[in-house]
Amino acid sequence: MTAAPAIEIHDLRKSFGTVQALDGLDLTVQPGEIRGFLGPNGAGKSTTIRVLLGLLRTDSGSARLFGGDVWRDAVELHKRITYVPGDVSLWPNLTGGECIDYLARLSGRHDKKRLAARKAELLERFELDPRKKSRTYSKGNRQKVALVAAFLTDAELYVLDEPTSGLDPLMEAVFTEYVREAKAAGRSVLLSSHILSEVEKVCDTVTIIRNGTDVESGTLDELRHLTRTSVTAVVAGDPSSVMRLDGVHDLVTTPADGGTRATFDVDNAQIGAVLSAVAALDVHSLTATPPSLEELFMRHYGDAPADAR
Amino acid sequence: MTALATAPAAPAAVRGPALGSTLAGTGRLLRVMLRRDRLRLLVWPLGVALLYAGALGEYVILGDDPEAMSVRATLMRTPAMISMAGPGYGVDDYTPGAAVANELILWLVLTLAVMSILQVVRHTRAEEESSRSELVRAGAVGRHASSVAALLQVVIANVLVAVVSGLVLVAYDFDAAESFTMTFSVALGALVFGAVALVAAQAMEHGRGATGISLAVLGGAYSLRAIGDIQEEHGSWLSWLSPIGWVQQTRVFVDMRWWPLGLCAAAIVLLITLAAVLGSRRDFGAGLVAVRAGRSDADPALTGPFALAGVQQRMALLWTSLGLGLMWFASGGVVEAVPDLVESVADNPVYSAILGEGDDLIRTFLGVFGLYAGSGAAAFGVAMALRAKGEEESGRAELALTKPVSRARWFASGLVLALAGAAVVQVTGVLALWAGAASSGLDEPGFDAYLELALAYLPGLAVIVAFAAALYAWVPKATGLAWVLFGYVFVVGMFADLFGLPDWARGISPFWWVGNPMVDGVDAAHLWGLCGVAALLLLLAFTGFRRRDLQNG
Repeated sequence: MTAAPAIEIHDLRKSFGTVQALDGLDLTVQPGEIRGFLGPNGAGKSTTIRVLLGLLRTDSGSARLFGGDVWRDAVELHKRITYVPGDVSLWPNLTGGECIDYLARLSGRHDKKRLAARKAELLERFELDPRKKSRTYSKGNRQKVALVAAFLTDAELYVLDEPTSGLDPLMEAVFTEYVREAKAAGRSVLLSSHILSEVEKVCDTVTIIRNGTDVESGTLDELRHLTRTSVTAVVAGDPSSVMRLDGVHDLVTTPADGGTRATFDVDNAQIGAVLSAVAALDVHSLTATPPSLEELFMRHYGDAPADAR
Repeated sequence: MTALATAPAAPAAVRGPALGSTLAGTGRLLRVMLRRDRLRLLVWPLGVALLYAGALGEYVILGDDPEAMSVRATLMRTPAMISMAGPGYGVDDYTPGAAVANELILWLVLTLAVMSILQVVRHTRAEEESSRSELVRAGAVGRHASSVAALLQVVIANVLVAVVSGLVLVAYDFDAAESFTMTFSVALGALVFGAVALVAAQAMEHGRGATGISLAVLGGAYSLRAIGDIQEEHGSWLSWLSPIGWVQQTRVFVDMRWWPLGLCAAAIVLLITLAAVLGSRRDFGAGLVAVRAGRSDADPALTGPFALAGVQQRMALLWTSLGLGLMWFASGGVVEAVPDLVESVADNPVYSAILGEGDDLIRTFLGVFGLYAGSGAAAFGVAMALRAKGEEESGRAELALTKPVSRARWFASGLVLALAGAAVVQVTGVLALWAGAASSGLDEPGFDAYLELALAYLPGLAVIVAFAAALYAWVPKATGLAWVLFGYVFVVGMFADLFGLPDWARGISPFWWVGNPMVDGVDAAHLWGLCGVAALLLLLAFTGFRRRDLQNG
């Protein structure tokens, strides 16, 4: 493994007409690192990835893979990476199996026997019938084709752009397993997503992007303060004591059957202490939900995300 | 359908609910279909009416010239023209009406049959496949409702066409009763194929399969009639197996008879009944013919973008070469009769402007066919070169380019094949022209002259295809301009003299520099010049494509 970072982006800027898609972005992925790349749609995740893949030119700033220039050295660099887009489109007159083989052959790695065994394993794990014409595949199945093709080859860096969109939870679990396998083998991964839980499962580090800039970057623990849990509890006692605890925000109380309904947010670091305090109030019912990423953005950055769709 | 739903022969297990409930919601579905397709349903009748109007003008001009008409009638007795027209009723006294019926019915039925097939499949199997109709069927909508609504929609479209085109005929002073008989017969013939599509939609699991089978039936009907009519004047028994033949056998404008239309009606009823039986027996989303599973591993030859482009373009190349080749073969077969024909229309300024004043009319005529063949090849080349745009917009280009595949390699793979394919279409087309001419006994000019004609167009073809590629590389939004150039080339080739275009305006067309190799030979300097322009455009295209952003999928 080379000493140069797998991905090194510094002060990257890119505009489309009058729209500033990337505005001074920094992002680094070290060899062996699994980095989550989070942000709402329209934040610039896909643009960043398309720059990394040499599909878009930069306006200014630098973007390097393994120390090489992403635009000038694209063909050489692409031998070492693999990419899964969030919306896969396949050649309609090829079957899924043919698409997988074609993509593997483009990568230029030819150990036929090993490849065939690995392909059979991946097809089985992802429950994909490779003999159907790809025009008849559903969105989820097209996504599986790209995932099988990606995990078929031994890349040093996996660039995954919302790779699980359209997959059911079972298949998401299979995907997570293969990402962990890649991690164990010392590969680097950039996993772009807007699903916090998916990122939490596999990533060591996270970069959060908004309006084309990285707004938070660090290990998951470092970012844990970003995460709060919404709690709704119906209690017999007086919930106002809870309000005074550290890490409790936005407490609202309303009368309810058999007591008071209290709704509030808790910093995850404090959740144990707060729940014990709530338990002392004679709990009738309790629900706790982690806030969505969009809610987090709204809470930490003042205004609503530009485009939450 | 009533007979079917309650047919005593049907096993109890498959006997459906009462007819009324299987048709529930038909009216609402029909309204939605008509609304969704209002543009299509407007474009088809207008297109067909224009087809009529364009053709009728010519017949009316010819009608004033009995000699021209009799030459035309003679042509209509040749096998080539029989295959492209009709059984030849009324050729002994070829009136404009007889000519309209003999020469137009085939094309009108073909056009409207294609429309009917596409519309029926679009609203039945394709809809079912997309799972949109799952939502619809879950509502208060009966099993047969979408089939019936689709059929009604096609009936409405065909009737609309029949009325509009009948009015066009009447406007050109054709007899009203005969005119409307003809247009409604054509509509009825087209509906037979709509009903075929309805059966296919039950049998096949995928919309494309249903369309393919229906078009194959249409092709079969075309061939049966052509063979039958060539075998015997006014058609042999083979002609009577074809719904297109039934429409032509009404002898409209000559000695009209109605009863062949009874065959159309009977076929429609039979096919609808069959579709209803099949529809009652199958599960939603399932077909009767299982889809054959494809390969699970790619062919070892599928090694890179070049091989893939070959897979993507080869069927289009095969069918285009074959289709155009047959047309040029048939055209070659009538060239021998050209001098007679031209003599008879010598007073017509339109024709003489197109054909010019050449001494050797056959060579002039062959030169015009060379231009036609070149235009066909150019259209194929442009369409294939612009496939890259579809690949890029769909995101498939992105999949390939994020592999160790350079932009130049990816771009070249499609483009080289587009250029080669255009050359193949051109050369096979002109050689088919030669084969047609030779088979009708025309041995002068010889093979070498045809080969020269074919090859002389290649540099010009390369310029047109390279122009499309350069547009795609620099301003992908403006690739429509490639088709504008294509249209311009055709107009210059056909009508430059008629419009009195100045030379600089003609020079924009790459084909103008080719001239007519059959008459004037080949000017090597011009061809080298065209090669230079093509090379320059290709260089421009590659430079542009390597430096621009890839569009988002």
